[in-house]
Amino acid sequence: MAEPILEVKNLDKRFGALVVSDDVTFDLQPGECHALIGPNGAGKTTLVHQISGLLAPDAGTIHFAGEDVTRLPVHARAARGLARTFQITAVVPGFTALDNTALAVQRRSGTSFRFWGNAAKEAALNEPAREALATVGLEAKAHVPAANLAHGEKRALELAIALAMQPKALLLDEPMAGVGHDEGRQLLAVLARLKAHVPMLLVEHDMHAVFSLADRISVLVYGRILASGDPEAVRADAEVRRAYLGEAA
Amino acid sequence: MSTTLLLVQLLNGLQLGIILFLIAAGLTLVFGVMGFINLAHGVQYMVGAYLTFHFYGMTGHFLAALVLAMIAALVLGLVLEWLVFRRLYDRDHLDQVLATFGIILFLNEAVKVIWGPVPLSVPTPEALSGSFFLMPGLLYPSYRIAIIAAGIAVAVLLYVLVMKTRIGMLVRAGATHPDIVAALGVDVRRLFMLVFGFGAMLAGFAGGLAAPIFALEPGMGDNLLIVAFVVIVIGGIGSIKGAFVAALLVGLVDTLGRTLATDTLRLVLDASAANQIGPALASMLIYVLMAAILWVRPQGLFRARSA
Amino acid sequence: MSRTLSTTAPPRPTWQGLRLYSPAILVFLGLALVPTFASLGAENYILGLVTRLMILAIAAISLDLLLGHGGLVSFGHAAFLGLGAYTTGILLTEGVFQAELIVLAVIALSALFALVTGAVSLRTSGVYFIMITLAFGQMLFFAASSLAAYGGDDGLTLWDRADLFGTDLLHTRQGRFYATLAVLLATFVVVNAVVDSRFGRVLRAAKENPTRVAALGFDVFRFRLAAYVLAGTICGIAGMLSALQAEFVSPAIMSWQRSGELIVMVVLGGMATRNGALLGALAFVLLEVWLADLTVHWKLIFGPLLVLVVLYAKGGLAALLRPLTAEGRHG
Repeated sequence: MAEPILEVKNLDKRFGALVVSDDVTFDLQPGECHALIGPNGAGKTTLVHQISGLLAPDAGTIHFAGEDVTRLPVHARAARGLARTFQITAVVPGFTALDNTALAVQRRSGTSFRFWGNAAKEAALNEPAREALATVGLEAKAHVPAANLAHGEKRALELAIALAMQPKALLLDEPMAGVGHDEGRQLLAVLARLKAHVPMLLVEHDMHAVFSLADRISVLVYGRILASGDPEAVRADAEVRRAYLGEAA
Repeated sequence: MSTTLLLVQLLNGLQLGIILFLIAAGLTLVFGVMGFINLAHGVQYMVGAYLTFHFYGMTGHFLAALVLAMIAALVLGLVLEWLVFRRLYDRDHLDQVLATFGIILFLNEAVKVIWGPVPLSVPTPEALSGSFFLMPGLLYPSYRIAIIAAGIAVAVLLYVLVMKTRIGMLVRAGATHPDIVAALGVDVRRLFMLVFGFGAMLAGFAGGLAAPIFALEPGMGDNLLIVAFVVIVIGGIGSIKGAFVAALLVGLVDTLGRTLATDTLRLVLDASAANQIGPALASMLIYVLMAAILWVRPQGLFRARSA
Repeated sequence: MSRTLSTTAPPRPTWQGLRLYSPAILVFLGLALVPTFASLGAENYILGLVTRLMILAIAAISLDLLLGHGGLVSFGHAAFLGLGAYTTGILLTEGVFQAELIVLAVIALSALFALVTGAVSLRTSGVYFIMITLAFGQMLFFAASSLAAYGGDDGLTLWDRADLFGTDLLHTRQGRFYATLAVLLATFVVVNAVVDSRFGRVLRAAKENPTRVAALGFDVFRFRLAAYVLAGTICGIAGMLSALQAEFVSPAIMSWQRSGELIVMVVLGGMATRNGALLGALAFVLLEVWLADLTVHWKLIFGPLLVLVVLYAKGGLAALLRPLTAEGRHG
């Protein structure tokens, strides 16, 4: 295997007596979609928070693009190309879809400590933003404030924002959560397209999405990685079936 | 500086700290339980002092005046809660700050209209007008000793109330998990009113206690309010224990700083420069202390809830 | 928040830009005419009053950058008025008469004070931030009160006037009026430009969702600190103008009530709107003058009025003027 883009080693995190990450080790390879599944409360979101920098692990290391980022704040990791979406939609509600996306473009094109000139009119920011919106099928909603978008559209906007960052890796925290059937199909198609552009760590409950997207699956239960392997192997793993899939199926 | 003078200043600092604690305790309780920032807490202290003055004029008896003032402060607090504050619990901090700022403007002016702008004073109660013999060469006014004792008694009482009673349990739980308290079927509105009334009464009590030692004037509560903010920021918002420790710390640092700053500066500067800079530096000391503590611990010493 | 979502801004033609700023344009035209009309009667009073109004408007506009656009409830903004005023007063007293040197000193000191206190305050948020900015403001207030050599509590009368590049432009009320008007106009233009800029966009986004903005790779703290320094510096210049106008400085200029009044102006006018802070300062001063004319105890009326505005009329004057300006939200 090539040098992994993201490498998590022996991560521990506990809240008092509650263990949320127990010696978690895994990696994300270039071009790969690695899915992280597990029952509710398995510690998936806390793991994403630790990787993105919202939470500090008690022990263990996180390497991103060959650099130790374990102690770096959120913005420094994002600036290095580690993008994420949130389980609960996190966009700037008062900004339009275009402005939300253009803000992501702004981060990587020149300084943002510029105090003059109307940023909303910069073609150099708006054009890539429009492209990102088109990729997720939101170009028609470019001038709608994010707060007025439908739920599925907000999820798509999150993806457009992540895409506009041109990240080296993407952390997706339940991108399909709360999305209806039709919206879900569209979103899945978008994710399949994204997969060609950027390696993804996918946390998801929707097994249909997981098995159609993932190249590799790891199962997290009570903060531990119970099994890891290609989708067929994980599907066949008896322990996984008992601990997780058995209940879900 | 002599040891005696230093001891006297220590006691003065302690006494200032106690008054600060009485103000800060109500403020931090109200914030801890309701997430409500009440700028008008300082004018409630002022009103307590003026009411004590008023009832003293009527009864001629300090203790009776203090008790009556506390009751009146409680009533005023409940009326304000009913009229204004309960409409603000769900609003953001900015709205709370602005509305209570309006109440400050009103009450400061109302006190000026009723009692006049000239500073007033309340005589020290007869029984405590003497001095207390602490050690050879050190006499300390009995009334100030009484303030320290009363403050410590209130601190103990608060501790017992908060740690040992059902209401205290709710108050503590409310400070960390307000939604859970509501889910337990507790009438949160009544709990809020109770805590608010109690806080108002504490402020009134502090004002009444301070009446014989500070001059009474409109706006007298405003500066103390901000120092009380410094206290609860240092102590950690919502924490009674933090308020107590921080109040004593701030009281001591402020009092000793004012005594020592000029003398200390004289060691490195010439006398006139020291006389210039010393007082200015001393008045900034508690804020620098606050900044230093926040630099190390942005949540204060004993944080109870996220702001 | 619904009002900010009502319309959006695809590229707008210039006349719409003019319409957006129409209340401010009217105000500036009116201000420019004040000296002409003032000469008809009570000239000194009117020029003094309107200059004071414009100084407060500069302070309020700078505060709105923090309060409205940055979502940072700073309760210590008057400290910068005081810092600018005292720097001016002390330099004039010590024999520095060049306004251009004074303004450099004011800018340097205001920026430094903002940098240091901002770095501490911005590590916290919410109610902590309110209390800490309040405390830092009070710190400066007491420090000024203790400056016995420069008047202490009683304040400092300025016997000398500042020369602007060797001219006596600032020696007359009219000259100071126009100088203040020029600074107000510059402040209005600069702050509105900053709000539209790349920097302003990050600041405004961080107000609504700081976690998202950090996850995009922006260090929110640095943007907020820069805004704090910029706002503080502008307000420091307002303080300098105040000292020159009144020919007197005292700690009262930076009392915490003054900080509260600045917040009231911004909210009264409408936070995070194009013209709000300017209109709010105008409305506040006129209301104060009118109420004070009715009774010396005007705060008995103003206090409850403020409570009513907070409880029932959020959105301020800008909300009333919105049909006129067609103001929406830009990204």
